[in-house]
Amino acid sequence: MLRFRDAFTPPSFRIAVPNDVAAGAPPRGIGCAGLFWPLLLVVVVGWSSYAMAQAAAAPKATVFEVLVRWAPLLLWGFFFNIIISLAAMGLGTVVGVPVGIGQISEYRLIRWPARVATQIFRNSPWLVLLFLCMFLIPFEFRFGDVRIPFPDWAKAILGFALPVMANTSEIVRGAVLSVPTGQWDGSSALGLTRRQTLYLVILPQCVKRMLPPWMNLYSLIAMSTVNASVVGVSEMVTLTGQAHAAEGSRPELLAPLYAFVLVCFYVYCYPIGKWTVALERKYGAKV
Amino acid sequence: MQPIYDWFRDFYDRTGINLNFIYDDFDRARMIKGFFLTVELAVITIVLSVLIGVFGAWLQGSKLVWVRRIIAGFISFFRNTPPLVQIYFFYFGVGYLLPRIPDGSGGLMPMVSSLQWAIISLSLFAGAFNIEIFRSGIEAVPKSMVEAATAFGFSRWQTYRLVVLPIAIRVALPALGNNLVNLVKTTNLAYAIAVPELLYVSKQIWSDATNVREMMFFVLFAYLFLVFLLVMALNALEKRLSVPGFGVKGGH
Repeated sequence: MLRFRDAFTPPSFRIAVPNDVAAGAPPRGIGCAGLFWPLLLVVVVGWSSYAMAQAAAAPKATVFEVLVRWAPLLLWGFFFNIIISLAAMGLGTVVGVPVGIGQISEYRLIRWPARVATQIFRNSPWLVLLFLCMFLIPFEFRFGDVRIPFPDWAKAILGFALPVMANTSEIVRGAVLSVPTGQWDGSSALGLTRRQTLYLVILPQCVKRMLPPWMNLYSLIAMSTVNASVVGVSEMVTLTGQAHAAEGSRPELLAPLYAFVLVCFYVYCYPIGKWTVALERKYGAKV
Repeated sequence: MQPIYDWFRDFYDRTGINLNFIYDDFDRARMIKGFFLTVELAVITIVLSVLIGVFGAWLQGSKLVWVRRIIAGFISFFRNTPPLVQIYFFYFGVGYLLPRIPDGSGGLMPMVSSLQWAIISLSLFAGAFNIEIFRSGIEAVPKSMVEAATAFGFSRWQTYRLVVLPIAIRVALPALGNNLVNLVKTTNLAYAIAVPELLYVSKQIWSDATNVREMMFFVLFAYLFLVFLLVMALNALEKRLSVPGFGVKGGH
């Protein structure tokens, strides 16, 4: 069996140490980094306004006016992104945890399918999985006369839930394997069955270890929800394109509009990253 | 090769499974091109992102606070925003603000092509993660080694290149591998700005021949194959570079 890389590398080497960029530097550096990119937006808006003034003599809405006009719609789109990401994360976790426990099952009939599913969905590109769900799932299901519609956004949630499922499964497996074997030996000495050991001793210890990589995964999936724009779900980036078209498709508006999207995601994901690092530090000390 | 093509054509007639990118000359040609463009995109971005990681991690150790701050801002921006929007921002936004240059036949063309923008933004995206990864590798290097190198009269860059980096790379290799695998999986975002790579070509083929299902599964396995190759290469590299006492113990 093909064994891909292990998701659960030791804490100090894990990619799940986001935003911890200024650990070596004084903490002031972090706050500064937080300001850096909103400032970039201002620069870009200014630059675009300049380009616009050069390009056109006719009175047109300024970049700032355009942003203010479309911000409510775009933020609504962003809200939709968050809903999709939360739904995908929930669904993926609910399915992924049992699959992850299945990966360490004693029974080959459970273990192998769980491992194969995990490796396939973990190592295929998220965009391809999204395409797969978008194009291969029918738009409605029929049971006799009953028609159950299956809209685009539902398919998108499934498309994002697949990689979440696989990654969660791998996080669970990695966390269980990272618990010292002495815990298993101790439990068996106490007369606990394998199942009891797993649910009463091992998994409760795993929760803390799983939380940081799991939050990191959430941050990644939240940022991936914009991929749904490629297949036409009307989330933030799709709406940005439509707002741009409604403003007469002026090319100088693209930079500020996309910068606005970038800033929204930055504001949402940056705190999650900080929180992840804080949790990692807190739990890392105890492990 | 003709018997193979004929077999697949016949296979289509018998089963309805249309693998036209094998038997049809035109589709095969563009599929091969697309596949190798993905490989090219992956190789170039891997090399560039590792260079960004090495250089950025070096700059992170700088004494100048503003250098560290700018690197910190760079990392924090690229890892907290969606890569797809980064690509759009660069290609549509920044691309428009850059001047246009003559294309040699009287017209004007963008200074940076879509493929180049894809390479730039994907390298920056993965490079930001690589800086982090190399930094954690560097932190694992014992201080005494750096002090010893300084005592030998090594300059900061020499210490970094000859002492710190060789050890840091070994420590960081597993995490680096994860990130590079992710990068290969992310290259298909170039699809969104019409770079004719694997996914884009597949979409063209399934739009022409309406064999969505076959193409979808082919693309999935093509990417799994590429990731598998990279994982093999990384495992071989890890084995080759392994030094007793450094790197992750008890790997698979």
